[in-house]
Amino acid sequence: MIRRLFSSPEGIAGTVILAVLTLIALAAPWLFPHDPLAIAGPALLPPFHDPAHMLGTDRLGRDVLAGLVHGARMSLIVGLAAAAAALFVGSVVGTIAGFAGGLVDEALMRVAEAFQIVPGFLLALAFVSIAGPSLPVVVAAIALGAWTGPARVARAEVLSIRERDYVAANRVVGMHPLEIALREVLPNALPPVMSLSSVIVAGAVLTEAALSFLGLGDPNRVTWGAMIAEGRAVLRSAPYLSIVPGIALIVAVVGVYLFGEGLVEASTSRRRYL
Amino acid sequence: MNRALPLLRRRLLSSLPVLLIVVFGSFLLLEAAPGDAVDAYLVTIGGDAGLAAQLRQKWGLDQSAWARFSAFATALAHGDLGWSVAFSRPIRDVILERLPNTLLLMGAATALSFGLGSLLGIVAGARPGSIRDRALSVASLALYAVPGFWLGLVLIVVFAIELRWLPLGGIETIASSKTGLDRALDIARHLVLPVAALGFIYLALYLRVMRAGMAEVWRMDFVLALRARGLSRRRVVLAHVARNALLPLVTMLGLQSAAMLGGSVVIESVFAVPGIGRLAHEAVAARDVPLLLGIILSSAVLVVIVNLLVDIAYAALDPRVGASGERV
Repeated sequence: MIRRLFSSPEGIAGTVILAVLTLIALAAPWLFPHDPLAIAGPALLPPFHDPAHMLGTDRLGRDVLAGLVHGARMSLIVGLAAAAAALFVGSVVGTIAGFAGGLVDEALMRVAEAFQIVPGFLLALAFVSIAGPSLPVVVAAIALGAWTGPARVARAEVLSIRERDYVAANRVVGMHPLEIALREVLPNALPPVMSLSSVIVAGAVLTEAALSFLGLGDPNRVTWGAMIAEGRAVLRSAPYLSIVPGIALIVAVVGVYLFGEGLVEASTSRRRYL
Repeated sequence: MNRALPLLRRRLLSSLPVLLIVVFGSFLLLEAAPGDAVDAYLVTIGGDAGLAAQLRQKWGLDQSAWARFSAFATALAHGDLGWSVAFSRPIRDVILERLPNTLLLMGAATALSFGLGSLLGIVAGARPGSIRDRALSVASLALYAVPGFWLGLVLIVVFAIELRWLPLGGIETIASSKTGLDRALDIARHLVLPVAALGFIYLALYLRVMRAGMAEVWRMDFVLALRARGLSRRRVVLAHVARNALLPLVTMLGLQSAAMLGGSVVIESVFAVPGIGRLAHEAVAARDVPLLLGIILSSAVLVVIVNLLVDIAYAALDPRVGASGERV
């Protein structure tokens, strides 16, 4: 599987980008041991002028590179945690709906539909503003708008699995339906659900950035979105303060997409074109 | 059009329980928020504990959760969204005032992303695997990864600050007393950058779906048969492959409307467009939870309406769709 991941250019590029980002995120406390929110030097230092502040400083004299490195942590943590929560909740709800059928299915799918007609970003906005901005709340808020996709895919998959012989065999030996659904059916329904994961991680990273851009991130942590918002005040004189964190964001999200495409290509033996 | 009416009725009926779930969810969020409608109202007009108790009784807020919910839902059914503390006005009026700007922005951005996206998708899908296809795939992937608010800021830096071609933000020149065509042109000039920022983000999605759809159609036997009959590649691409791949894109329009409403929050905030997206940000800043929930409920209704329109368009485009709304 890993060797096949490296057989496509997408897979190689995605893996490299994500590996570098993860390393940077993990090494942040050693690379920049000081609080990235603390004042580190003179304000509004342009990039590549002072070797102590490679990418310059912002309006308050905080080091931009330190912010970027620490911001990578937040983006990755929130992106992965929110996607994991959405995939978990989605696949459990989808499996129960598909396996139970009837009224339970109808009710759960109506709830999923309700979540789909409400703009996910508005829901996240409301959730964070009511529960207060902190890491777990932001993760939950993003997951709230992302679980319906996995739920639908899991349900469709379970509908085709539940008629198989081994499920009937489990029923005959007297297993509880919930146990069959979650322990026997769910694992077999997972592969198509997991293929959604790169899109969901990427979406979560972008949503987190947008939330913190609007000032709804955790105020005690550096985020790329908050850095972009911070740079907005000096957009005329120092546009790079907003532009640089945005480029970091794009690189991270492109890395996630490429990795996802590489995985899909590695898992399907089908030829890509025609 | 005769087929559309039963379809419309059926869809309307089936969206009612979904909307009710949204209303219930909003009620839960409202209950979870600190303070109630009376607190919110008294902040703006002032009053003592006695008046507060009186109002709670009058508005039914001293009753059971179930009674409070039915009062909430009944008020909504009458189009009453409650009172906004931030604006000291009924929430419905504030939203209705802002809605046209958002609809204008979203309509133009949808036209841009759908039109240009499907066009580029046809270019990419005309020869799957070609250099052009690979290049467009990479470009759309990168575009897909761009945060809308960042693209907006970059457009401002380039076109409003450096080149000074277009205004920085707002919906029209303040106190310009322009009327008629002049005013329309002024608004259009103000909307160029926000529409571009919002439209380009979603363009990539249409491009990719169009391209994937065309790659799928190319595999079908009838395309081979058309080629064997001697039809030119160009004719096959435009009249048959692209045509068949276009229908799924129409369905996406409905699903994308919810995403675009969410995206308009940041875009309207960046460009200071007075629409409901920016209103949502203002509601958050002013801690006006009822206003925020009013915006969410209105957006949900808007998304339902857009989906209905898309269903009707789909039924008109695809004769295989029967009156029941299912494919036959």
